[in-house]
Amino acid sequence: MNDIKKIVRDYVIREYLEEEDDRIVENDTPLISGGIVDSFSMVSLKRFLEKKYQISIPDADASPEAFDSVNKIAELVQRFANK
Amino acid sequence: MAYSNEARQHYLNEISGIKQAGLFKEERYIHAPQDAEIDVEFPAGAPPKHVINLCSNNYLGLSSHPEVLAAAHKGLDHRGYGMSSVRFICGTQDIHRQLENKLTEFLGTEDTLLFPSCMDANAGVFEAVLNDLDVIIADRLVHASIIDGMRLCKAMQDSYKHSDMEHLEEKLQEHQDKRFRMIVTDGVFSMDGDLAKMDEIVALGEKYNALVFSDESHSSGFMGKTGRGVHEHCGVLGKMDIITTTLGKALGGASGGCVSGRRELVEMCRQRARPYLFSNSVAPVIVYGALKVMEIVSASTERRDKLERNTIHWRKRLTEAGFDIKPGEGSIVPVMLYNAKLAQDIARDLFREGIYVVGFFFPVVPKGQARIRTQLSAAHEIEQLDRAAGAFIKIGGKYKILGKSKKEIIELYGM
Repeated sequence: MNDIKKIVRDYVIREYLEEEDDRIVENDTPLISGGIVDSFSMVSLKRFLEKKYQISIPDADASPEAFDSVNKIAELVQRFANK
Repeated sequence: MAYSNEARQHYLNEISGIKQAGLFKEERYIHAPQDAEIDVEFPAGAPPKHVINLCSNNYLGLSSHPEVLAAAHKGLDHRGYGMSSVRFICGTQDIHRQLENKLTEFLGTEDTLLFPSCMDANAGVFEAVLNDLDVIIADRLVHASIIDGMRLCKAMQDSYKHSDMEHLEEKLQEHQDKRFRMIVTDGVFSMDGDLAKMDEIVALGEKYNALVFSDESHSSGFMGKTGRGVHEHCGVLGKMDIITTTLGKALGGASGGCVSGRRELVEMCRQRARPYLFSNSVAPVIVYGALKVMEIVSASTERRDKLERNTIHWRKRLTEAGFDIKPGEGSIVPVMLYNAKLAQDIARDLFREGIYVVGFFFPVVPKGQARIRTQLSAAHEIEQLDRAAGAFIKIGGKYKILGKSKKEIIELYGM
């Protein structure tokens, strides 16, 4: 689980933070409601997870709430990885 | 009665939520034609106040230009008030095609199709030319209408960090397995006022076999030496695959927009773009006015040159006064305040001083990026801009933000 969190956190930092952005992303940092990831650019995160973990996340489950922190994303990945 | 008390209460709660979040939008009633100075009734019921207008998209000052008005009158007399039809049934007049040809020539493309607005052009274009075999790779700060258009299309969507060419290149490499790749950007970004690196984007498009799309709504008529847009400014005139733009800003300011670009792509829009197929034709009065606008902007660069001088002057005045403005060369000049309440308070105080500007904050701009967006016009005179700068300095002094860095403003007011 911790591995997933690290991989997701690293991806979020690399994919979404601008160079001059000094915000710190912790596992419980709000990503969508916190304005780091918007609902439009969320699709690249979903695709990254699906490719990396060989899973398929239905659109209904890929809600902004489910993607709102590294912790929540890791839970989601684990749920679909176990299916 | 279908509209139950339960339904009414639901919507009242929604509206109340919007108000509590500070996102409630109110219209201000303007008692004058669009111009550099206008009379504004705000709040509703208050006597109209005479103010300098620094928030319109009237970049070339053509919205109330006498020659444009005269042409519009002529259009009304010669071609009537409305078409009562979509374009492909009985809504296309000779003048619609004339205007499309003028726009094609001006934008340096192969063909053009008019839409009721650029919002409609953006809503229809992607679905008309791409499908699930393709990918759209968009700058993260593109206009909301582009995001809506992309959502209506079956192509895969991806995005790159704002104006980050390395990130764009990574995405182009990642999507080489797709049939078509389309890079999507605004020419001038509407909230930051900065310009797309169009030369680099076109080069990447050529390197990775990707179509290039730009929304030139905030640049058509004035960016580039002869006002063709950011593609002219960056030396890639004739290399754009799709341009969308509006007649609702610099080019007369009434309404209407277009998709312009490769002949076959425009033809696909004529066949398949739903906002074109299912909306009425642009009214003859607007087409006549726009034809005159095209004549004015094609004959002389006088107005775009004046806008450029005004923009340089305004940026210099605000910078010298110690405001934190987004750097660049565009005629959108955002004054950064970072805190939403501060942006609203300063906009309110400026209105009392006779300056009409609007504060923008999340979700219109990213969190912690609240600002006042000022916009220049060729209708402005230097004397008006100096008066406006004086008011900005007075109010900036009141809030003690002059000469302060981003960090210092955030320390004073929070984000």
